[in-house]
Amino acid sequence: MAEAAAEIAAPARRRLPEWAVNAAIAAALLAWPLLADAAGEPWWAGLAAKAAILALAGVGLNLALGYGGMVSLGHAAFFGIGGYVAAISADAAFSGAGVLGLPGSDRMLPIWLAAMALSALVALGIGAISLRTEGVYFIMITLAFAQMIYYLAISWPAYGGEDGMPIYLRNGFPGMDTNAPLDFALVCLGALAAALLLSWRLTEARFGRALICARMNPLRLATLGMEPFPVKLAAFVISAAITGLAGALYADLNGYVSPAMLGWHTSGEIIVFVILGGTGRLFGPVAGAVLYVWLETLLGGVTVHWQMGLGLVLLGVVLFGRGGLIGLLCGARRHG
Amino acid sequence: MAEAAPVLEVSGLSKRFGALIATDAVDLDIRPGEIHALIGPNGAGKSTLVAQIAGQLAQDAGEIRLAGQEISGLSVAARARAGLGRTFQVTSVALELSALGNAMLAVQARASGLWGFWRRAAADRRLIEPAMAALARFDLDGRAQVPAAALSHGERRQLELAMAAALAPRVLLLDEPMAGLGAGGVGPLSDILEGLKAETPMLLIEHDMDAVFRLADRISVLAEGRIVFAGSAAEVQASALVREIYLGTA
Repeated sequence: MAEAAAEIAAPARRRLPEWAVNAAIAAALLAWPLLADAAGEPWWAGLAAKAAILALAGVGLNLALGYGGMVSLGHAAFFGIGGYVAAISADAAFSGAGVLGLPGSDRMLPIWLAAMALSALVALGIGAISLRTEGVYFIMITLAFAQMIYYLAISWPAYGGEDGMPIYLRNGFPGMDTNAPLDFALVCLGALAAALLLSWRLTEARFGRALICARMNPLRLATLGMEPFPVKLAAFVISAAITGLAGALYADLNGYVSPAMLGWHTSGEIIVFVILGGTGRLFGPVAGAVLYVWLETLLGGVTVHWQMGLGLVLLGVVLFGRGGLIGLLCGARRHG
Repeated sequence: MAEAAPVLEVSGLSKRFGALIATDAVDLDIRPGEIHALIGPNGAGKSTLVAQIAGQLAQDAGEIRLAGQEISGLSVAARARAGLGRTFQVTSVALELSALGNAMLAVQARASGLWGFWRRAAADRRLIEPAMAALARFDLDGRAQVPAAALSHGERRQLELAMAAALAPRVLLLDEPMAGLGAGGVGPLSDILEGLKAETPMLLIEHDMDAVFRLADRISVLAEGRIVFAGSAAEVQASALVREIYLGTA
């Protein structure tokens, strides 16, 4: 509440329209792998894929954190579940063994469906329990659930335990050569675009209005006859499914999954994307993830302590620009 | 004269916090077409009583009936759906939404399909038209597109009422609607409430005695959790007891 009030109290300087900034970010993201490929720099096209995937994870978390006010320190669970689904499915398809009676698949579309479904299912359980708490307790309980899954992955030798497991051949997508960096980047951007479209429609629809009210004033929502709990739970589940999809793509990007994907560092990084770009802004996580990837690449080339630079940027955003990058460019957020 | 059945009926309501008896066997009813004011000194237990009626707090004993139905076991939202409208002492509209957005949120609960996941709410005429009507009724139609954060204090209070009225409740609980309005704002708001009471009876909790005496058909006086006096405005003004415990010597 205090944050919202502070944002609104900020002087209404004329800023750039948010749709224009969003369009510019989208155009730049699309141009990035195309230009890299044209210039014969496949590594940079791969970096665009990474940025798109991390942005996708952030778009997922933003639904819960930004719009719903649910500060989940457990989204690594869904990111990792998505990754393990991709790796286990590809492995099962490779060996012909199947998993739990289901055939494996080395195609992205069925893998994505499975990754999203399993993430959503786990989020339904975690959310149903965690959403009975608020504030710092919610943060801690989501962290605890994610850590449980992290240790489960470590202690499960069939899926590599601490070492993780490889994906020998990147999973396939109809009409694309996913092993080519440009094609893979375009697939990732397509998934990101779909998630952004869903996120935009959800937050502008009745559901989104109810969710915003559930964040700002749950008692008010209840007084209007709508229970806050199912609204927040639904947002949490959808949020987890999107982050799970990002995890499946991330596994394909690296050709490898490990318990690190499930670790609390990962949860923290996804939160950083959202805060850096602007919480509750459609393109906030996209801007945040792109900035993160660039900082990692540029500063990381100079020093292994590049995260210190990231820390300083984050500190600046939190101290001077509560609305993140998008807030800096477009001013305080507004919903119809 | 046959009295109409009460819309809201509270009987034997009690709530205790440790040694403190916050609500002590309170009986209270609201009949169709009336404004029933609840007054009492600070700490008398008015807010605790409202919280129990609205469903935020569970009572220890007693019954709350809305249109004859016992609602004690229902959640806040379920009571709202059953027809219990409410405004808050501290204005609590969604500041990020426009005045229209807030009113649409209120309409949304009543209109079919709470779970819209795809259609843009801002373009949904089934929400806009009733929401604009609710705003117009409280003189806010000219401010529909203004973010709630940019509305004046008085306008936010009007918006609270517009939202509560948009739910078409059977009865309204108004928790200090005049608070912070100043002399210029109390008159117009009183006019609005007077015009509303024929269709929606109200329980009015208010510190502004002029407004209470003007508006209330009946007044109940709460002190230390008990209803110590109930009567018309004239009877309350004439009561030595009320003067002593509430009005002081003024």
